[in-house]
Amino acid sequence: MTVFLNYLLTYATVFGVGGLVCSAAQILVVKTKLTPARILVIFLIIGIILEGFGIYKYIFGFAKSGISIPIIGFGASLARGSIEMARQVGFLGAFAGGLVRTAYGVGAAIVASYIVTLVFSPKSK
Amino acid sequence: MNNSFAQERNERYDKYVKAVTPSTSLPKSLWNSFWIGGLTCCIGQGIYDIFHAIFPSFSQDMLGNMASMTLITIAILFTGFGFYDVIARRGGAGSFLPITGFANAMSSASMEFKTEGLIFGTSVKLFSVVGPVVVNGIVWSTVAGLIHLIIFGRI
Repeated sequence: MTVFLNYLLTYATVFGVGGLVCSAAQILVVKTKLTPARILVIFLIIGIILEGFGIYKYIFGFAKSGISIPIIGFGASLARGSIEMARQVGFLGAFAGGLVRTAYGVGAAIVASYIVTLVFSPKSK
Repeated sequence: MNNSFAQERNERYDKYVKAVTPSTSLPKSLWNSFWIGGLTCCIGQGIYDIFHAIFPSFSQDMLGNMASMTLITIAILFTGFGFYDVIARRGGAGSFLPITGFANAMSSASMEFKTEGLIFGTSVKLFSVVGPVVVNGIVWSTVAGLIHLIIFGRI
């Protein structure tokens, strides 16, 4: 029973935090003239800053996917990789680390996009 | 004379634009982006928990990678079947801010330019929307890594 309650609490937190992050972006969409691409870059840089100052891991501790699935998580992952690699390898590691850590997702996205493009034709809207 | 005509025309055009632009009510679009964004995150967490149950020995990072790869693949398949447009029309930020939106932007751009060929259509336009995210991400994360290196030094 407690296991079930724990799951419920986790998913409620994930839903709440993820929803709030997306609503914050939606306020920017409605209230300002910013394009989605700019908003994505803003949230990406927020993620890099959060990770850079070491705040991200505390948010991730309770929000889990609620913070890592929005683009903030991608930014934090890039920064984490770059920082770790820089501390292990040195100067050159800072340039490779971000890509190495996010390569799984980006690689999957590129390959899957390519295959889907080969298989499907665009739907008319 | 000519000037006032132009002014009048501009005013009429402004009125027309206001009438034609669909009015998005803030509370409704906020609610839509809230539940669509929240639901996407919950699906991601669900995939993570399923992988965690199947492969208990894997590290947290690896499980996270697997979950986001699965979510990205699902989103791209949805784009291929044309389901993602339905989500994007209602979701607003709830559909483009999660990693699924990143995947959708990539695959929809590459599909749209399929007619221009696989090299100059698909391969070039694949990054036309997500390019800024990738470029800024790499540049600023490198800066973050270098700053950490300067402050804390190597291990």
